[in-house]
Amino acid sequence: MEISNAKQVINIDAALTARIDELLSHYPADKRKSALLPVLHEVQDAHDNWLSIELQDKVAEILGIKPIEVYEVVSFYTMYNQKPIGKYMFEFCRTSCCALRGAEDLMDYTCNKLGIKEGETTPDGQFTVVGVECLGACGYAPMLQLGDYYKEHLTKEKVDALIDDCRAGKVDLHKLTITE
Amino acid sequence: MATKILLEHANVPGIKTYDVYRQNGGYRSVEKALKGMTPDEVVEEVKTSGLRGRGGAGFPTGMKWSFIDKKSGKPRHLVCNADESEPGTFKDRYLMEYIPHLLIEGMITSSYALGCNLSYIYIRGEYMWVYRILEKAIKEAYAAGWLGKNILGTGWDLDLHVHCGAGAYICGEETALIESLEGKRGNPRIKPPFPAISGLWANPTVVNNVESISAVPWIINNTGAEYAKIGVGRSTGTKLFSVSGHVKNPGVYEIDMGMTVDEFMNSDQYLGGMMNDRPLKGLIPGGSSVPILPSHLIFKTAAGEDRLMTYESLADGGFATGSSLGSGGFIVYNDTACIVRNTWNFSRFYHHESCGQCSPCREGTGWMEKVLHRIENGHGREEDIDLLWDIQRKIEGNTICPLGDAAAWPVAAAIRHFRDEFEYHVRFPEKIKNRDHFVAEPFEKVKHLVAKQVV
Repeated sequence: MEISNAKQVINIDAALTARIDELLSHYPADKRKSALLPVLHEVQDAHDNWLSIELQDKVAEILGIKPIEVYEVVSFYTMYNQKPIGKYMFEFCRTSCCALRGAEDLMDYTCNKLGIKEGETTPDGQFTVVGVECLGACGYAPMLQLGDYYKEHLTKEKVDALIDDCRAGKVDLHKLTITE
Repeated sequence: MATKILLEHANVPGIKTYDVYRQNGGYRSVEKALKGMTPDEVVEEVKTSGLRGRGGAGFPTGMKWSFIDKKSGKPRHLVCNADESEPGTFKDRYLMEYIPHLLIEGMITSSYALGCNLSYIYIRGEYMWVYRILEKAIKEAYAAGWLGKNILGTGWDLDLHVHCGAGAYICGEETALIESLEGKRGNPRIKPPFPAISGLWANPTVVNNVESISAVPWIINNTGAEYAKIGVGRSTGTKLFSVSGHVKNPGVYEIDMGMTVDEFMNSDQYLGGMMNDRPLKGLIPGGSSVPILPSHLIFKTAAGEDRLMTYESLADGGFATGSSLGSGGFIVYNDTACIVRNTWNFSRFYHHESCGQCSPCREGTGWMEKVLHRIENGHGREEDIDLLWDIQRKIEGNTICPLGDAAAWPVAAAIRHFRDEFEYHVRFPEKIKNRDHFVAEPFEKVKHLVAKQVV
């Protein structure tokens, strides 16, 4: 993924600091670097779902490691976004089992409906559609990931309803619910 | 043939919470082990059970435990591999999502056996809601005194935490997982040294799959000998299969090892037969990495014996006519599926997931994806099929970790068993232009065209 020079407002507030400290407590005191992946998730969630270079530098500072140690991790793992993305990112699994059950058609349908191509974001910054590799929901295909959750056994109608819910502000990306 | 060991209480309302889990006999194995058994006795019990690693390799769990270095005096760690990412596999997620305390109980009993005081569950980042379920369950276990200092007054301490990955299939490989847990890129390490000697932070470490660890409480409660009574030969106990593709009832099933593939596929209690009653074309029994079986080798082995759901029977015939139980990711294809398209899809997956450390895998997976893509899209050449064979052969066995092999095997098996489909794609490009070419006209109906062609 390309790196973005877009400006990002960095805000490590008290709640986020407390959460980072909690995560750090899970590892020996001299192994702070081990907390890097979970900490990056939390920091990204609190910053519109992407990590600018400045924000990555901040994480390095918090963990007491070199910035390059953060960059090389962020660029390796697919869940860290290095450029701004849509508020609602629809990540369609398109690996074999989902493809067998119509994932490709459904992703095309969604892209057409939103007027974008796979990998693009709508001009209003609301939606991004990407094809991703196996999410471990093969028996419940086709499916997509949205925030912390999976939406499974999808149909065109369910995608329509999901887009409507997002537009109406009814979808919380991080609130704990149980999948169907 | 339906012993319930892992999913015994899966349908009990509220089993996700500590109280209900405890009321249903939860955490008994911890009491039994800590109060009445030495750590070595727990290891012996698991050895006796014959339990084999459920992540894919099938290595005996008890034996793996016995390799851990106890002499160096370094801290030891147990790490649960919950980075379930093998296409076709979603059983561990089911266990953790619905019965999180079973895994935690297994982690405590197993950590006791190994003499660990700090253990981790490494879960893939996409399973974020499951991560939160586990975090909550771990907090409950701390509050109830099953984790922390001086557990059950024995003087033994254990801290257990859940750690999330961030989207990398390679982190399911145990040394890559350890690298990732150290906050690094998921590049596998060269073995030896094995993790049992030098793993997490260079300490002796055992990495076990979720399903393996979750079987430990039952084994301790009921003895390894009882567990070994279930199953056939060296395939003991029960196994979870995650079923996807063209069947009536996809989902997660727990079965006794040794059931026939026929019964599992066709009885209403399990998969219920093929979706829309279309003909069966192929089966991948153990996740995307294992060879696909063509229809005539699914229910019977090449020797004409019933094919059973065991490590041995699924592998019967080697790669020529067999496959592997792998992770239990059971993917079923009907006659509308295109083997070329599916193989291209897998190659794209492996190319995407290759960590890039070893050239045969980094370059080879990319070449395979490209060549398969052009065959699938009507730009293939006759010699591409042999080229593919050549590439996969040069990846296999030439990489640090098994991802290279895993990328090579599906391509080899597809060519071995479905070569005529590749030839059809190369020779009749105009007939495969549409993505769903075999939906409109299944290969069986046009197969004769390939035979007629003289090259």
